[in-house]
Amino acid sequence: MKYDIILSGVGGQGVLSLASVIASAAVEAGFKVRQSEVHGMSQRGGAVMAHMRISDGEIYSDLIAQGTADMILSMEPLESLRYLPWLAPDGILITSAGPLVNIPDYPELEEVHKTINALPSAKLVNDRELAKEAGSSRVGNMVIVGAASSHLPFSMDQLKKAVARLFFRKGEKIVEVNYKALDLGNKVS
Amino acid sequence: MSEFVVLGDEAVALGAIHGGVSSCYGYPGTPSTEVMEYLLEYSKGKGAPFARWSSNEKTALEEGLGTSFAGKRAIVTMKHVGLNVAADAFMNGALLDIKGGLVIVVADDPGMHSSQNEQDSRFFADFAKVMCLEPVNQQQAYDMTREAFDLSEKFNIPVVVRLVTRLSHSRASIVTSTPRAENPLDKALNKRDWILLPANARRRWDSLLTRQKEMLEYTEFTASNPLKINKENTSRGVITTGLGYNYFMENASELADNPSHLHIGAYPIPEDKIRALADCVDEIVILEEGYPFVERLLRGLLPISTSIKGKMDDEVPMQGELTPDNIRPVLGLAPRTVSVSSMELPGRPPQLCMGCPHDDTFRVIKEVQAELDESTVTSDIGCYALAALPPLEVPETIICMGASITAAKGASEAGLNNVMAVIGDSTFLHSGLTGLVDCVSCDTDITIIIVDNETTAMTGGQDTILPSSRLENVVRGFGVEEAHLLTIPAHRKFHEENKEKLRKELSHKGVSVIIAVRECVETARKVKKKESAS
Repeated sequence: MKYDIILSGVGGQGVLSLASVIASAAVEAGFKVRQSEVHGMSQRGGAVMAHMRISDGEIYSDLIAQGTADMILSMEPLESLRYLPWLAPDGILITSAGPLVNIPDYPELEEVHKTINALPSAKLVNDRELAKEAGSSRVGNMVIVGAASSHLPFSMDQLKKAVARLFFRKGEKIVEVNYKALDLGNKVS
Repeated sequence: MSEFVVLGDEAVALGAIHGGVSSCYGYPGTPSTEVMEYLLEYSKGKGAPFARWSSNEKTALEEGLGTSFAGKRAIVTMKHVGLNVAADAFMNGALLDIKGGLVIVVADDPGMHSSQNEQDSRFFADFAKVMCLEPVNQQQAYDMTREAFDLSEKFNIPVVVRLVTRLSHSRASIVTSTPRAENPLDKALNKRDWILLPANARRRWDSLLTRQKEMLEYTEFTASNPLKINKENTSRGVITTGLGYNYFMENASELADNPSHLHIGAYPIPEDKIRALADCVDEIVILEEGYPFVERLLRGLLPISTSIKGKMDDEVPMQGELTPDNIRPVLGLAPRTVSVSSMELPGRPPQLCMGCPHDDTFRVIKEVQAELDESTVTSDIGCYALAALPPLEVPETIICMGASITAAKGASEAGLNNVMAVIGDSTFLHSGLTGLVDCVSCDTDITIIIVDNETTAMTGGQDTILPSSRLENVVRGFGVEEAHLLTIPAHRKFHEENKEKLRKELSHKGVSVIIAVRECVETARKVKKKESAS
């Protein structure tokens, strides 16, 4: 078994903490994980991506080969499209529907959504709305993980355990809000 | 034995801790920063090893040499271009009779994710005639760091551990082994082996040359350089170095001919192993992360019977990183089918954060420039380099640490007017001080703007080596005239006042230093978060 995910977004959107929840759950489930991240200059409001590789066997490359990723999971719709060359023909793209406009030439959002919806397998998630419903505008990334959860090679239970482990220092309430965000994301079809 | 999920950088740090390191020095630089960050965090909790940032890579390496002289183990960390700064200490340190193990961790940045070049540190190790170990994964990063300390003490040389961005910033689990105790304090007693006067240096050089053979014997037999011969396939073999191994292995299951394979992870280059491989095959494909370091040696100058495919004949891209995809053509594998977006995507380059003090300072400069017939702005390495991108596009040169001041000095002395040098607080203390002394000694017509955000921001907000309240005194001490040494608040509120002050200093025909102060917004946010948590 191998499951490769391209994670994307804009620097500052919490792509790395989203990655750490998935990685932690995968380790909990007994898989080997490799996760390649971007640090430094590109984190400053620019496009960021991380390669996450989950497998029950040896993983050699930190980078996912083009045309082989099982999933693109993105915090930003335009950014999700940037990494299409990595997606396998039968892979799924799951992204936040909400744009982050910090460039002058951001295209029409409608066109971005249309392009995403035209893919064989894609999900646009209204994470900002659902995050608010969960109780905090800051848990959009957990809504996105929730929306991906049914495709991931481990259970929602294991995801929640990872959240509990990573966020327990922040208090029970924050953990609960994150759980709710995962559940709300999970219901998005 | 315990299992940890760590970054490649952190695996090196753990290897050093378990390898009995006593002192850790470095200067922040992507992608090497997290080695020291881990060591600093660890030592905060345990009280050992001694871990501190240094002013620059040269001071860091010299401090490490001092640790070794005292008989203890030291690790020194830097990014690839940092080794240029430390080169004097590095090249000469190789001649010393290294006592306590000295490991120099250098993180290269092929692809230039956060750097101004993609130089390959294996050349530097070769230049100094010391050993270099190159891990391909986190486990090796841990194991090889420990091994590097032992080799340093075995051969009495500094040993380089070469990392690259993709390993430094990739996470995986490692299994650690039993920690080793620190060395006792045991000063090197033979002064002749640590005083590089010519007569001693000649003897030390002779000794280093003699030890080359022993180092080579080691790399011919080490498990880090595995050679797997497939006698059935005489047509081709593969040599990999660094992460080339990972990308080759990723594709290997698709290669029906199962080629013989030599991986090189320890240098000096194991020559006999390469000859043994060449004896079995007609063609060698070589995949190296970085420059064609081994390939160049393989090709030589005179005709050879083995055909070689690699970077130097453009079979593999000469620039940038290797990937699991760009090595497929040279291996004879078809490219994978790839889908692309049906719409055109605009780029999203990094930019200064919202509310960044540098943004305010560069707006002041840009507006004052617009009033002048002629002006020049040089800049330096750090977040503020992003002012070179739209919408600001102010700096005209960005070269290397500290060069804003010195390049501006040269440009001013060549005849350009209204020359401004913009440099960050940490970069100024790293390499700007000597340039300022040059300016003062020549009474150069220059306006130096130190953008002081009270942190080393680009690499994640490490404390600057001196608290920024002392910067003014440092500048004053060099002899900058009191009337032309100003501290201004880097804030929109003072925009017009700041413009007026800059105009005035530009009209002064001599050295002016303006220190534009405001804390980095990221650092301020982190401090606030910490305070509210406690």
